[in-house]
Amino acid sequence: MKRIPVSTTINGDAVEFLCEPEETLLDVLRDRLGMTGSKEGCGTGDCGACSVTVDGRLVCSCLMLGAEAQGREIGTIEGVSDGERLHVLQSKLLEHAALQCGICTPGIVVAAKSLLERNPDPDETEVRYWLAGNLCRCTGYDKIVRAVLDAAQEIRKG
Amino acid sequence: MPLDSKHGFSPRQFKVVGERPLRPDGIDKVTGRARFGADAFAPGMLFGKVLRSPHAHARIRSIDTSKAEALPGVKAVVTRADFATDVEEGETANVLENVMAGEKALYEGHAVAAVAAVSNSIAKKALKLIEVDYEVLPHVTDVEKAMEPGAPVLHDHIFTEGVEPKPSSPSNVCQRIEVGHGDVEKGFAEADVIVEHSFKTEATHQGYIEPHACLANMSADGSGELWGCTQGHFMVRDTCAALLGIDVSRLRVTASEIGGGFGGKTTVFLEPTALALSRKAGKPVKLVMTREEVFLASGPTSSTAIHVKIGAKKDGSITAGFAELKYQGGAFPGSPVEMGAMAAFACYDLENVKCVGWDVVTNRPKQAAYRAPGAPMAAFAVESVVSELAGKLGIDPIDLRLKNAAKEGTKSSYGPTFGPIGLVETLEAAKAHPHYAKKLGPNQGRGVASGFWFNFGGQTCTSLNVNIDGTCTLSVGTPDIGGSRASMCMMAAEELGIPYDNVRAIVADTSSLGYNDVTDGSRVTFASGLATITAAREAKKKLCERAAAMWGIPVEAVEWVDGEARPAGPNAGEFEPLSIADIAAVAGNTGGPIAGHYEVSADGAGPSFATHIVDAEVDPDTGRVWVNGYTVVQDAGKAIHPAYVEGQFQGGAVQGIGWVLNECYMYNDKGKMENAGFLDYRIPVASDLPMIDTVIVEVPNPGHPYGVRGVGETSIVPPLAAVANAVSAAVGVRLTELPMSPPRVLKALEDKGLV
Ligand code: FES
Ligand code: FES
Repeated sequence: MKRIPVSTTINGDAVEFLCEPEETLLDVLRDRLGMTGSKEGCGTGDCGACSVTVDGRLVCSCLMLGAEAQGREIGTIEGVSDGERLHVLQSKLLEHAALQCGICTPGIVVAAKSLLERNPDPDETEVRYWLAGNLCRCTGYDKIVRAVLDAAQEIRKG
Repeated sequence: MPLDSKHGFSPRQFKVVGERPLRPDGIDKVTGRARFGADAFAPGMLFGKVLRSPHAHARIRSIDTSKAEALPGVKAVVTRADFATDVEEGETANVLENVMAGEKALYEGHAVAAVAAVSNSIAKKALKLIEVDYEVLPHVTDVEKAMEPGAPVLHDHIFTEGVEPKPSSPSNVCQRIEVGHGDVEKGFAEADVIVEHSFKTEATHQGYIEPHACLANMSADGSGELWGCTQGHFMVRDTCAALLGIDVSRLRVTASEIGGGFGGKTTVFLEPTALALSRKAGKPVKLVMTREEVFLASGPTSSTAIHVKIGAKKDGSITAGFAELKYQGGAFPGSPVEMGAMAAFACYDLENVKCVGWDVVTNRPKQAAYRAPGAPMAAFAVESVVSELAGKLGIDPIDLRLKNAAKEGTKSSYGPTFGPIGLVETLEAAKAHPHYAKKLGPNQGRGVASGFWFNFGGQTCTSLNVNIDGTCTLSVGTPDIGGSRASMCMMAAEELGIPYDNVRAIVADTSSLGYNDVTDGSRVTFASGLATITAAREAKKKLCERAAAMWGIPVEAVEWVDGEARPAGPNAGEFEPLSIADIAAVAGNTGGPIAGHYEVSADGAGPSFATHIVDAEVDPDTGRVWVNGYTVVQDAGKAIHPAYVEGQFQGGAVQGIGWVLNECYMYNDKGKMENAGFLDYRIPVASDLPMIDTVIVEVPNPGHPYGVRGVGETSIVPPLAAVANAVSAAVGVRLTELPMSPPRVLKALEDKGLV
C-alpha cells in the first residue's frame, strides 16, 4: 500500500512519518512513533482514552487520520509534564487518589488540561460535562472531579 | 475464623497504615509512561487478528485457510487443529472450546480461526479470505427460554445434574443447586405478611477501559514468553500450557499494567491463540481486541430470572425466605448461580431459608466473573422485597434490616456461622448519616439496600528483599489492579518500622515466585497483605539475628523497634541501636543477603457487608432517572489506604448505577448483540452522576494481622436494589426488571395511570 509522508509537530518537536491512508492518528502515535501514552479504549470516539490536542483543540486521536496531522500542532500526554515536573493536574490526580487502574488517566489529564486552559474557574457541573467524553470505569469520577477542581484552584492561586 | 494465632488480628497503633501516601506507580500512570497490555512491542513483531462467528449457533462444516495463507505478508493461520488434543473434559476443556471453536460456533463472536501478518491491514484482509462453511442452527439467548423443553440444545453432553432421576436427554440446564436450612413452609405458615416478586436482570459487561491484549513470543526450542493484561498471570501460564500442550515451566508470563478487570480478566481469551500463532510463525505476535470484540467475545455477567418470597411477622421479624434463581452462563456451564444463591439472604439471621439455583447455557459469550459474581442480582431481588416488606409493615427500611440482621454467631444462610462482622455497624452508620435525614423534593425517592460478599484468600507467595542501603524490594505475585502496590508497601513499612518510601513493590513474573492465585475475590490486600506482613516479620527476625551476631549477644537479647535493632533485657549490654541500613550494609559479612519469604493458602478472609443510601429523581415526562444523592457505608475491617478503599466503594456503586439504569446486552431475533460498543452500551459518564459519599466502617477481621477485609466487590452488591428502591419510591410502582431505562420507567408510570 502506498504510504503518505506527513510533517507535523508533536509536543513542540518537528516530526515526520509515513503512514497508510487508513491509519488513525492514534495508530501513528502508538505503532509508528512508539508514543503509547495515548490509549485505545474503543477506537470509535466514545471513551476519550486517546485524547490529544490538535492546534489546541481537544480531539479523539482515534477519530482523526494520521495523514490529517500534516502541518498541525499535536499535543499528547507525553508533553504534559515538564521533565521531572508534573503538571498541577497530574499531581492533584495523584494526591486525590483519582486513579485506580490508570488507563483512563492520560486521556483525563489531556482533556482536563484543555478545560482549564479555556476556563480556569469551572464549577462541578462544568467539569462533569467537559469530562463526559472520558470514560473511567474504576473511580466513579468522584475523586477525579475533586482533583480537577482542586487543580483549577491551585492554578488560579498562581 | 483466624488463620492461626500467629497471623491473627491483634489491636495496635499504626504509623503508616491508615495514612494516604501517593502510590508508587502513580507518576508513571499520570504521565503515560506506564505500560499496559497493548503497549508492548518486540522486534520483528507480527500483528494477529481473530476471525469470529457471525452466527449465534452454527455447525462448522469446514474451514479453508489456503487463500489467507497465500496472501503475501501472512505468516501463520491457526484453527482448532493447532491446539492440544488431550485436554480432558471440565473447565479447561470449556476454555479451550471458547478460545477456539471446534465443531460448533456457540455464539456470535466465537473465535473460529486467527492469522498473524506483518501489518494490521494485511491481517484484516487475510481474515476475509478464510472460508468457513457454516450450517446455521436454531439459537436461544434468553435464560428462561433456554430452559424450556424443545429449546435448541447447545451441547449434547449436558444432562442436568442435581435432579432426581437424572434426565435421559441432554438440555441447556447444567445443574440444580440448593442451599439453606430450616423449614421454609413452616416459616411461611407463621408469617403475618408475605411479599413475593419475580425479577429479571440483563447481562452487563465489566466495561474495563483497556481491551484485552497480549504479546506472545515462542522460541524454536518450545519455550515461550507472554506479556499481557490479566488479573492472574500464573493462571494464564497454566491454562496456556495446557491448551498448547507444553510444560508449565517452559512458559514465562509477565503481567503488564492492567487497565481494569473487575473479574473480566480472570480467564484467557486471546493468550493461547497468540502463542499458537507465534509458535507457527516463529515470530512474536501481538493480539489486541477491539472494543466490539470485548463485548462479543469476552465474558460479561449472567442475565437472570429470580423469584423471591419473604414472610414476616407484624413486628418485622422475618420467618422465612425463599428464592429461585436462574442464571445463564453463556455458552458454557459455570454461571455464578451458586454464589448468588449463597449470598442472597446472607445479610439476614433466618431460621428458615432456602434457595434453589439453576445453571443454564445459552448462545451468548461464556460469562466471566464480574465483581461479587452472582451476588448483585440476588441482592437486587431480595433487597427489593425486603424494602417492600418494610413499606407494608410500616417499619423504617433500615430498622427492618436491623431487626433481622446477621451478626457474630448467626448461622449464615449458606452454612458457616459468622465471626465478627460489620453489617449492624453499617446499618447504624447509614441511619445516623445526614443523607438519611435529608428532605426529598418532588418526583424523588429514597432507597436503601444492604449487601454481602464472602471475600477470598487463596494461594499467595511473596518475597521481601532487604537491599544494601536498607530499602526493601517486595515481590508480589498478584497484579495490581487498583493501587494494591501502595497498600503492600504500607504494610511492609509498618511491620519493619521504616518509611513508606523505602519499600518498593513489584509484580513479579511467573518464573520469579511461587504460584499466586488470580487477583480476584477481593483477596489481594487481605492475602498478599498477610503474606507481605509475614515476610516482613521473617526479615525482621533475620535482621535481629544479624544484629545479635554483630554485637556478639544472643538473639533473644535483641528487639526490633522503629526500624532498628536495640539491645533489650538485663543481659544485653550497652550498644548503639543498629538501623536496617546499618545491618544491610554489612550483610555480606554476616551471612549474606537478608530476605523474608512467605507462602500460604490463606483462609480467614473476613466477609464484608455494606449498606447504601440512594436518592433518585424521575422525570415524569420521559422516564429518565437521575441519581442525585448516594452514600456508601461499608465495613473494610481495616482500611490500609483509606483513599483507595473509598475509591473501591465509589467505583462499585457507579458500576451498579450503570447496571440498574442503562447497561444491558441487547439481542435481536438472530441472536446477535445490537449494542456492541461504548456508544450504545453506555456506561455512566461523569455528567450522569453526583458525588458518591463514603463511610468506612472498621470491624477488624480476626483472620488478618491488621484486621483487613477485602473491599473490592461488596460495593457492587447493594446498588442495584438501592437504586431500584429509590426509583420505585419515586414512581410509586415496584419495578422488577433491569435496566430501568426511560421507556420502561415511563411505561410503569403509564400503567399506574400516573401520566
Ligand atoms: S479510543 Fe478514541 S475515544 Fe476511545
Ligand atoms: S482508573 Fe481505571 S478506568 Fe479510570
